[in-house]
Amino acid sequence: MRWFLRIAIALAAAVSGPLAAQQSLPPAPLAYEQLPDAEQEAQAQALMETLRCLKCQSQSIADSDAPMAGDMRHQVRTRIAAGEDPEAIRAWLVARYGDYVSYAPTVSETTWPLFAIPGLLILIAGMILWRRLRKQA
Amino acid sequence: MKGVRMWVPLLLFAGFCGLAAYQLTQPKDEFIESTMIGEPVPDFNLRPAIETRPGVALADLKDGRAKLLNIWASWCVPCIAEAPQLEALQRQGVPIVGIAIRDKPEDVARFLANYGNPYTRIGADDLSEVQLSIGSSGVPETFVVNGDGVITYQHIGDIRAEHVPLLLQELAEAGA
Repeated sequence: MRWFLRIAIALAAAVSGPLAAQQSLPPAPLAYEQLPDAEQEAQAQALMETLRCLKCQSQSIADSDAPMAGDMRHQVRTRIAAGEDPEAIRAWLVARYGDYVSYAPTVSETTWPLFAIPGLLILIAGMILWRRLRKQA
Repeated sequence: MKGVRMWVPLLLFAGFCGLAAYQLTQPKDEFIESTMIGEPVPDFNLRPAIETRPGVALADLKDGRAKLLNIWASWCVPCIAEAPQLEALQRQGVPIVGIAIRDKPEDVARFLANYGNPYTRIGADDLSEVQLSIGSSGVPETFVVNGDGVITYQHIGDIRAEHVPLLLQELAEAGA
């Protein structure tokens, strides 16, 4: 059991050492602090879950402990506390990083096939089925 | 005829697998480009990151001269790699304004003492606010900003020796 502990401690030190050396500033004030107003916090949370972390791909900023994601959460909460509309904040970020930063699907010039193809496939499948059933009858 | 048609779905499936396998072997583009190229830098005002250089505000970028806006940090390893290139650019007379992301004055001072200080001004962006406002997603990144404060070019990652001519050309086009 002792060797296991020793390995665990060595691993923890190896992982946490570089992290600690990386940044010395504390997290942004509202990175881990909820807004006092429950309704505003719910709005902020919903928005943060659909914004992509720019440092750690495939995570939302609500999920990520990257300092930059913390700064983004701080910005989202500050703006919502100031009365800004969540979709306006999303639009502000999309204007800077493109659709990449948003997880909310939108129909655009490049994404419309994603929405059109499933409908088309169902239509084709329905037509094939209809023809087969009619032949059998 | 029927014998041939029987194979169509399998061929389609094989084609799909082939496409997926090909895409998996392609190198992934990890860069998130700013969509602020051609846009003015939004208003900001940052306190000095060290005592020996003034801070940075939007008005400092709009002084009529094209310049480099270098987003960096003392905790950023690739920033060490690009230091000689920034120094070379500065020696050629390029004004370089630095923005230090989430950094302490003593760490900034130590970094500059070790690797040189090519900056005319260094602002401290403690909450990554300016970084987010210009669509930068990491350190180091270098923007070419013209004399009116409009972003004309973005370089993502450390500046290597082979990137210097392109940056000089972009600066010339921005009216350095």
